[in-house]
Parts: sequence; C-alpha cells; structure tokens
Amino acid sequence: MSALTFLIVAVIKIAITIGVLLTVVAYTVWLERKAVGRMQNRWGPSRVGPFGLLQPLADGAKFLFKEDVTPPFVDKPLYLLAPVLALVTALTSIAMVPIGPIVHLFGISTPVQITGVVDGAGHASDINVGILVILGLTSLGVYGIALAGWSSNSKYSLLGSLRAAAQMVSYEVSLGLSLIGVLLVSGTLSLRGIVDAQLGRSFGFIPHWNILYHGQFIAFFIYMMAAFAETNRVPFDMPEAETELVAGYHTEYSAMKFAMFFMAEYANMVTVACVATIMFLGGWSGPSLPFLPAAVQAFLPLVWFSCKIFFFLFVYIWIRGTLPRFRYDQLMAFGWKFLFPLALANVIVTAFFVAIRA
Amino acid sequence: MHLFLFLLFAMLCVGGAVNLLIQQKTINSALSLIVVMGSLALIYLLLGAEFVAVIQVIVYAGAIMVLFVFVIMLLNAGAEEYSPGSLVARIVGIPGLLVGSAIAVGVFLRHGQQQLVPIGALYGPADKVGILIFTKYLLAFEVTSVLVLIAIMGAVVLARRSDS
Repeated sequence: MSALTFLIVAVIKIAITIGVLLTVVAYTVWLERKAVGRMQNRWGPSRVGPFGLLQPLADGAKFLFKEDVTPPFVDKPLYLLAPVLALVTALTSIAMVPIGPIVHLFGISTPVQITGVVDGAGHASDINVGILVILGLTSLGVYGIALAGWSSNSKYSLLGSLRAAAQMVSYEVSLGLSLIGVLLVSGTLSLRGIVDAQLGRSFGFIPHWNILYHGQFIAFFIYMMAAFAETNRVPFDMPEAETELVAGYHTEYSAMKFAMFFMAEYANMVTVACVATIMFLGGWSGPSLPFLPAAVQAFLPLVWFSCKIFFFLFVYIWIRGTLPRFRYDQLMAFGWKFLFPLALANVIVTAFFVAIRA
Repeated sequence: MHLFLFLLFAMLCVGGAVNLLIQQKTINSALSLIVVMGSLALIYLLLGAEFVAVIQVIVYAGAIMVLFVFVIMLLNAGAEEYSPGSLVARIVGIPGLLVGSAIAVGVFLRHGQQQLVPIGALYGPADKVGILIFTKYLLAFEVTSVLVLIAIMGAVVLARRSDS
C-alpha cells in the first residue's frame, strides 16, 4: 500500500468512524429520553419527526444558535480550553477500538479500526499497547472536568469538579485492576489481539468470551461499576447532582460549550461500552449464520459489535431509570473498601490459574 | 522527520518547563507541568519505548498531576508573588548555567557517539520491560516499592496526628 493510499484510507476511516460515533451519541440521547420517559410513564420526545426521531437534530441546531454566554468572572483561557479538552479526549479513544475484522473494498484490505493496518503477511495488527492508550486518554479526560469547575470561579462548579476529580481518580484504580485479569488470560495489550483470543468456540456454539470461558465475570461487574463512576452516570453522578449543585461542573457553561460536555459524556459511554465488549464479550464475534448470502455475511461482525454496544448503552439508560443516587461518602467507601479489594482478589486468583495452566 | 518531531517535542518540553517557572498562577504552572510530562511521553514514543510512553501519560500526566490540580483546586490557591531574587543566583546563575551546559555537551560529544542505537532495538513492548524489571532490576524495583510503602505510611501518620 503506497503512502498516498494509506493516507486516503486513513482519512476515510476517521471520517466514517467519527460520523458514526457522533450519530450514535446523538441518538443515545434520544434513546435515553425516550426510554426513561417510558419507564416514568411519560412519552419522551414525540413532536419533532416520527417518534421524535429528529429531536437530536433540533437540539443540535438549538445549541448552535443559542447565545453563548461567557460569565465575566471566569478564568477565560482555561474556561475555553476545558470543554475542548473533555470532548477531544472522549472522541480520540475510539481510534484504538477494533470494530471488525479485515474488510476488502475496491482492491484494498484494511481492518475496521482507525489505528489498525494490514501487515505484509495479510494479518491485521494495531497498537500493541492499545488498552493502555485508552486508559491514558481517560485519565487525561479528568482535566476537562477539573478545569471547567476551577475556571468557572463558582462554588457549585468547583464542588462538582472536585467530586469528579476525586471520584474518577479513585475508580480508575478499580477499573484498571479489573482489566488486568483479562490481560493475563489474553497475554497481550493489543485490543485486536484480545478479540482474536476470544474468537474460538467450544462444541461449536459456546463462545470463548472472557466473561465465561476464562471466568472473568467478577472482573466484568467490577468494570461496569467502575465505568459508571468514570463516566459520571447515575448512580454515581455526584459531580452533576442537580439537587445539590445546580448542574455541577458545567453550571456556568451555555450553548455549544455545554453541548461539548454533554457529547463528551455520551462519547465516553460509547467508549466504555466498546472496551467492555472487546475485553469481556468477544468484540465482533458472534454466531455465524451460514444460510445468509455472502454479502450480508460480511457485515455480520459489525452487526454483532453494534448489538453489544446497544446492550451496554441500554443498560446505562435502564440503570438511570431505576437506581437513586449514592451519597458521596458511600461512593468513596464502595470504591475503596469493596470494589478495590475485590478487583485485587480477582487479579490474584486469575494469576494463580494462569500460572497453573502455564 | 524524526529529527523534526524530536525538536518539536523537545521545544514543547523546555517551553513548558520555563512557563512553569514564570507563571504566577499556580494552576497554570501545574498545567505547564502536564505539558512537560506529555512531551516527555512523546519523546519516549520517538525512542520506540511505547509502553513507557503510555505509562508516563497514565501515571504522571494522568494520576499524579490530577492530584496536583486537585490540591490546587481544594486550597483555591491564587496568584503567587515574585520574590526580589537572591544575590547569589544573580551573580552565579548565568555563568553556572553556561558551565553546566558546556560540561554536559562535552560529555555527550565525547561518549554519546558510541551509544547510538536504531529505533526499536531498545526495550519497547510491555513484556520486555516486565522481564527486565523482574530479573535484572528486581532489587531496585523491590527497594522502590518499600520506599513507596514508607511514604504512604508517613502520609497516614501525618494525616492521623490531628485526631489524637
């Protein structure tokens, strides 16, 4: 593949992935409003288009044309930098995510992954520390929220971002530890390698997903709980607890800057769902349906991947409609006294079994 | 290309370090330090040490600097004041800097040439770093972990002192 083709393919892949990601983000908001509405016995958005399907577009237009108020008391450079930082770190993570196997189009083979390439032998390969890059970007994402609260120069914002920073740093430990079990059984840090290790099946139908085949279901639940805290979602949404802090760290933001925080939160949800899918649910692997025509078969991995992502996004919404918010000390105690020891125990037990098998 | 990237990130690193010193607001200094950490990570990446680069981002730019920013936010630290500067620094400072740089450049020119290695020949991937840590540098690794443990215990003791 020449340098020019490589560049063109890369740009096309980036454009498609970011386009799809932003659409998913917009329609997750729609789905959330609709689903939570039905759970609370209301309709949710229903006026703009059929089933309110054009609501995200209307919201986007509204955000663009609203007056962008910059309060006079803010620290202006940091106030402008914070939403950009939050959104950029949230959107960049998707570049590491392997969405599907190699596709062949117009005589060019490339994996469905922005940072993936096909090597000389025809195998797909990607960054060999991919999962760590995602964790690194997540840890940098804290700055967006922390700086938003600090630069707003307002009590509620500062309290919200203090809570967010403490919570994200605390739960990042459990989140990282819960992934170590999977890394131990996979023997690689490359996300594509982790998916490839789960592609097999026992007896022709039981998938070798890490959650069952390698007994990582405890790690899976630790990961999910830590991920809820990392993305500041209910029941861990203390940083933006409306009843206490107005809107938390983005109280002083309006129009598109507020929308950027909003998009960052939902993009982070998608990234977390992608990582959970890759680490625990076998990525794009799924039942093969041999009776379908070959053209449809080629899209099956993407369909399975999308289904798993949809499942996780729905669980997010479901839990938001079900659980009340924790108290802050409960949140910290739960993170450090329950999740952290449990994650450590999981690492030790998994390491023990890996050592026995080796 | 490689040299260009190196110069870019090296300048970013040095610029961040200088900015760290001359900024009056504490939070701006902390952010400059993040820039320094980030550009160091990119220089590691240029050396072919991708694992160390990512760990640099996670640990230093991510965890440690978040705690710095957290403390600055918690104390609501405002602007610092410039001190008039010490007489010793004014007299010895620039000559000392020149002598120090001259010595460093001399050492690198004399001994640096033999050490040039191609990119990727060093210990980039995680498994090689792990093997090195748990075989060749095991003693240093364990001693460091004891040191960290002592630091944690010290912090706990200091935090508990006000209770009793």
